[in-house]
Amino acid sequence: MNILVVGLNHKIADVEVREKLAFEGPRLHEGLMGLKGLPGFLEAVVLSTCNRVEIYTNVLDKDEASDAIKGFISEFHGIKSHLLESALYFLSGKDAVRHIFRVASSLDSMIVGEPQILGQLKDAFEFALLKKTTGVLLNKLMKKAISVAKRVRTETKIAENAVSISFAGVELARKIFTDISEKSVMLLGAGEMAELAARHLVSSGVREIVVANRTFERGVELAKEFGGRAVRFNEFLHEMRHTDIVICSTGAPTYVVTKAEMHAVMKERKQKPVFIIDISVPRNIDPEINRMENVFLYDVDDLQGVIDTNMLERKKEAEKAEGIIAEEVETFLRWFESLDAVPAIVALREMAEGIKKEEIERLLNRLPELGEKERKAVEYMATAIVNKLIHSPTVALKEDSEDKEFLIATIKRLYGINGQ
Amino acid sequence: MDTGTLSFELALTLYLAAVLIGIIELFKSTKTTSRFMLVIAGFGFFSHSISIIYRYVIAGHIPISNAHEATSFFSWCIVFMFFIIEFRYRIGLLGSFIMPIVFVLMLSSSMLPREIKDLSPMLQSNWLGIHTVFAFLGNAAFAMAFGIGVMYLVQERFVRSKHIGDLFRRLPSLQSLDEINYRLITWGFPLFTLAIITGSLWANTAWGSYWRWDPREVWSLVTWLIYATILHARLLAGWRGKRAAILSIIGFLTILIAFFGIKLLEKGRHVFL
Repeated sequence: MNILVVGLNHKIADVEVREKLAFEGPRLHEGLMGLKGLPGFLEAVVLSTCNRVEIYTNVLDKDEASDAIKGFISEFHGIKSHLLESALYFLSGKDAVRHIFRVASSLDSMIVGEPQILGQLKDAFEFALLKKTTGVLLNKLMKKAISVAKRVRTETKIAENAVSISFAGVELARKIFTDISEKSVMLLGAGEMAELAARHLVSSGVREIVVANRTFERGVELAKEFGGRAVRFNEFLHEMRHTDIVICSTGAPTYVVTKAEMHAVMKERKQKPVFIIDISVPRNIDPEINRMENVFLYDVDDLQGVIDTNMLERKKEAEKAEGIIAEEVETFLRWFESLDAVPAIVALREMAEGIKKEEIERLLNRLPELGEKERKAVEYMATAIVNKLIHSPTVALKEDSEDKEFLIATIKRLYGINGQ
Repeated sequence: MDTGTLSFELALTLYLAAVLIGIIELFKSTKTTSRFMLVIAGFGFFSHSISIIYRYVIAGHIPISNAHEATSFFSWCIVFMFFIIEFRYRIGLLGSFIMPIVFVLMLSSSMLPREIKDLSPMLQSNWLGIHTVFAFLGNAAFAMAFGIGVMYLVQERFVRSKHIGDLFRRLPSLQSLDEINYRLITWGFPLFTLAIITGSLWANTAWGSYWRWDPREVWSLVTWLIYATILHARLLAGWRGKRAAILSIIGFLTILIAFFGIKLLEKGRHVFL
């Protein structure tokens, strides 16, 4: 099998190199057509993302193609060929198939399980389809990679748990409140991380967002961005009577909410649960508050702990995913190997059917007195003989064996057939 | 073995199987486990229903005239309520918390004398069915609130301990659990109140007095007061979440004491149970 993968990713090349080798916008089309035009290149797909640039090809000769592709990249991006030596990886055959399946399933990603890569791979494949640079092999391989990724997604929990501070906040909020679209969020202070957490909550569809910042104007600006409203900083305790989720990051050196203040707030809230995320360092919310009923307080270390647990679980799930991929690689290889034998099997069957048809016709012409029933019996017998005779050679050809090429050649010679 | 006994034993076995699947599900869940547990519990419920119908036909009255029958009928009501809640809210893990209660009740029922006796003249009244069905359905709703309360405490512990795991993800949100708990008590409370009212009306017809401070009557009053407190405190003082969960657990334990404890005392008019 002459599938060849040439590429680089975040593990071996830093962003500077990745940028230089990227195929973006019109250059993708240009690059794809250039590759397809190289001598011995039958099919090509180019995947270019911020973390990886990979070229998937079906070539006549792997060794010649490796040199050709290196030369092409060097010329296309204006980089000296020797600089590419250490930056690129070359994978072929089984390794190439496994690599593509791992990429699609996000096992090769910077954050294992992140879902974007599958979409990017689909786009790359669709673009190649549109430009007609793929054929039977890469079409099958790409479709299989997409279905393998989906299988990994459904059979493992690789992408289920949040692995960033802001997503962990959303995940926890969902376990405290049933439907966060009914909930309101208050941003206390406007630190960068708090803003990001708020952004995730907003995209999860929270009902209302309120910003309380020391600099009121900045609060107004931020609230506008989220489609929410701003309140004066000294009003935030009052506002907390109605808010369900509070994200705090004021940068103040001391606690801005004390236990006594929180008690008063909870009383006014009639003990309605509140989830507080304190991202500030040093902490802005008195940790004692976490002991209060219906108040759930997480600081940045707590969230990091959640992420670490999730990461560990993703690793465990990634092991399961590797098992699925190993299985799927074998299935794909079997399909590929069966391709070799298909023309020979078809030719064998055509030859046998031809003989059968000819001999039945001859016999029936000689014996016109035969009735419908007898004619059918003769045809049935002839079909049975043909099927039984070609059964064993067909099975042998379909089998996954080392001497398949020899078998194909032998059958062609023995039966005098010319299947391509 | 007659049909009634056979179907009772089968129900007991199927409930045990549901408990075991429920335990497996707590530790290691696959998509099929919770469905499988529902199917097994469903077959158990079907078989259990046959055993109750059989006794009803043989005895000619609702089969709650001795401790074996009453315990069996109580667990039947709990499974019935469990299916209502499961189909309404699709909690999934609820069976892991409820089926052990059902199984323990059924196991105790299986160990009690099973002969079908004629109803004592005192019990030969239409009030028997009305009073007991209200009481058992109300108690079944409280049993469900107990299960949900335990789930709440488990989930709350996960959220507070900040060490989240697989079970944390599979348990419903705290808000859902709290709301379902509250809903169940609002179902159970009127049913239980009706049971007390019909019971006292019946007592007046049978014995000429509405209330005689019989131990079970006292315990029923205690139970009623506990649930009245939960509802009252929730509405007025905002007692929700953990406190409501703990109170609903205490409430159900009181019911169990009333159910089994008083039987041991062998006093009062409810000793036939």
